[in-house]
Amino acid sequence: MSDLVDLMVTVVGGTVALAVIGIVFGLILLGIDRKFAAHMQARVGPPLRQPFIDVAKLMSKDSIVPENAVASVFNAAPVIALASAITLLLYIPIAGLSPVLGGFGDAILVMYILTVPALAMVAGGFASGSPYATVGAQREMVTMIAYEFPLAVAIVAVAWRFAMAGFADPFSLATMGGVGTGMVIWDVVGPVGIIGCLILLVVLAWVTPAELSRVPCDTPEAETELCGGIVAEYSGRNLGLFYLAGGVKTFAMIALAVAIFLPWNISWFTGITGWTALVADVIFFILKVIVVMFFSVSLIRVSMARFRINHLVSIYWGYIAVAALFGLVLVILDVLMKGGVVL
Amino acid sequence: MSENKSKKAPYTIPIGPTHPALKEPILFTFKINGEAIEEVDFAPGKAHRGIEWMGMRRNPVQIVHLTDRICGICGVSHTFAFAKAVEQIAGIEVPDRAHYIRTILAEFERIQSHLLWAGVAAHELGFDTLFNLAWRVREESMDLIELLTGNRVNYAIVQVGGVRRDIEEEKFARIEEGLQYYEGLIDKLLKLFLHDKTITMRCRDCGVLTREASLKLCTVGPTSRASGVKMDVRLDSPYGAYGDLDFDYVMPDQYTGETRGDVYDRIIVRLLEVAQSVDLIRQCLKQIPEGETLWETKMPKLLATCKKAEGEAVGRVEAPRGECLHYVRMNKSDSPYMWKVKASTYSNQLSWLEILKGEQIADIPIIVASIDPCMSCTDRVAVVRDGKPDIYSKEYLHRLSVERTRRLMNDE
Repeated sequence: MSDLVDLMVTVVGGTVALAVIGIVFGLILLGIDRKFAAHMQARVGPPLRQPFIDVAKLMSKDSIVPENAVASVFNAAPVIALASAITLLLYIPIAGLSPVLGGFGDAILVMYILTVPALAMVAGGFASGSPYATVGAQREMVTMIAYEFPLAVAIVAVAWRFAMAGFADPFSLATMGGVGTGMVIWDVVGPVGIIGCLILLVVLAWVTPAELSRVPCDTPEAETELCGGIVAEYSGRNLGLFYLAGGVKTFAMIALAVAIFLPWNISWFTGITGWTALVADVIFFILKVIVVMFFSVSLIRVSMARFRINHLVSIYWGYIAVAALFGLVLVILDVLMKGGVVL
Repeated sequence: MSENKSKKAPYTIPIGPTHPALKEPILFTFKINGEAIEEVDFAPGKAHRGIEWMGMRRNPVQIVHLTDRICGICGVSHTFAFAKAVEQIAGIEVPDRAHYIRTILAEFERIQSHLLWAGVAAHELGFDTLFNLAWRVREESMDLIELLTGNRVNYAIVQVGGVRRDIEEEKFARIEEGLQYYEGLIDKLLKLFLHDKTITMRCRDCGVLTREASLKLCTVGPTSRASGVKMDVRLDSPYGAYGDLDFDYVMPDQYTGETRGDVYDRIIVRLLEVAQSVDLIRQCLKQIPEGETLWETKMPKLLATCKKAEGEAVGRVEAPRGECLHYVRMNKSDSPYMWKVKASTYSNQLSWLEILKGEQIADIPIIVASIDPCMSCTDRVAVVRDGKPDIYSKEYLHRLSVERTRRLMNDE
């Protein structure tokens, strides 16, 4: 009985803590992204705290519900989006720590939960009763279909490689993140597998903007075409919640990429232990997240024009899916050639 | 996707009167099936400000500065066209030097207008980095215009009978510096706009206007030239100093070897025209003659000449967007008896119906922007009846114009 109580306390406490961390760090990430983009465009850009100012302003404004909207779905969508984005953080190892709910879900579950914020936005879009939001919601659905396959291939390939190396719980993100074992994917695979995993890393970097609806995959929101698309009719608190969900999702998606492909910790390489190690690991983790975000979000979004929806589908189903499969084949070859750690 | 929930497909999407894709108010109504456009209609007239009405209660010298305010981008073109018409009616001889100064300013205006357009086009494609770059390099031409006229917009430089400011010899070095800046930049601009994968993907074979359609719809300016129609007022009926200059039509096949009449070709034409304008300004600086810049500096004499004038004239110039036409009729009074402005967008806008059909929603912003529309140039009329917007039919308009012509003939 006391075990259950302990677990409840951990989960509730962890969830609250992660919600706060996720929201705060998610917004800081958005601010850093805007600074990066601004400097690459030879602008000064807004201050780092701008996303906080934006959210504070949105939260203080009224939420307008259009007359022909389905009010219940319309109002529920932002809450579901934010809640599911925070839930994601409960399953992803952060800074080498075991995830709060690590024992209750694995990478497959994370992939499912990743779709929930997008699905909530689709539901909210369809419930808005606006043609812009409807078109945006249709596009979001098409985008999801387009990027899910390469994403799944990348994650499953890594998990399968861990399984082939004889790890007990290969699909667990804690295993992939080297929690406890200190073994990461790059230690497990051989030379061929390293090439394969590098390709999968690039694939994941390209899936990130689609997952987060950023340029060049911001077709569902497409400011110049659909005036915001899915969120066209959202305002005030509801829009603020979507904004928060976007920040948390950015953090979660990049933390996922870091957990799978770049899970090293400072404490593994240095002798430090205890609180110093934890602080050093957290700082190192934040740096990794910022670097990954720079390459997979900021750099891509300043160097490209927006894709048309049919281009997006053909690029993700075509080039990126083929690249992902090629990476998978290399990982399989790696096992067949007995490179790296194989049972 | 949409076919599944086709309870109201094709559905209607309004774009405008205010929409992020549009820089000025105009209302588009699209009938959409899935992502494809089935039917297009548009209703201009949302930026009507009664400028002609204001003008017909002022004297020509005042109107010149009013024409400056028709549009914030092509101030020189409108003032130039209007001044030309008035000068023709009143028999005013413009000094050669003034012709050259007008030409130099008109070409600087073309540079800044095309770069502004290039930035807007990049933004419409969701490519904000290029938008920031294009607008940053545009600043140089704005600075030079400010140096020459004293203003960044509403230049107030053209006067009936010449220009109000001379270009002093010591400014030539600064102008040359600006020209070299653009010469060094043009290859980079061409590379960034025309060799970028995503831009090519979005603009090639998108919004195609064939040569035949272009001729049938009477489009003008870069829109026509991108479709392979060789027309340019500067060459077809030279004005200002253009008769003395050595230049040719800018066509897309000069760069790619083919003419497709799509959005991509329109980008080519505009960017190449920036290079051409730099060349034209340099030729002007070399050949500019000494002398006066105004036919008459004394305002009372100028106004008296205008008041004595009788007759009608059409002033045509090649604005950055295409032909800009001012019709003026003077009747021995302070203000003109009739003044009509026909800007280039008026001729180009009907091509929207042709080039938007069958394209996708995602392409609406760039296709609409590809003809470089300027609604405040175009909107000369708004029909309101009983407090509501109304539409005049072709028959009714024909009857009105017949009546008007009769009235004009009876007056004579």
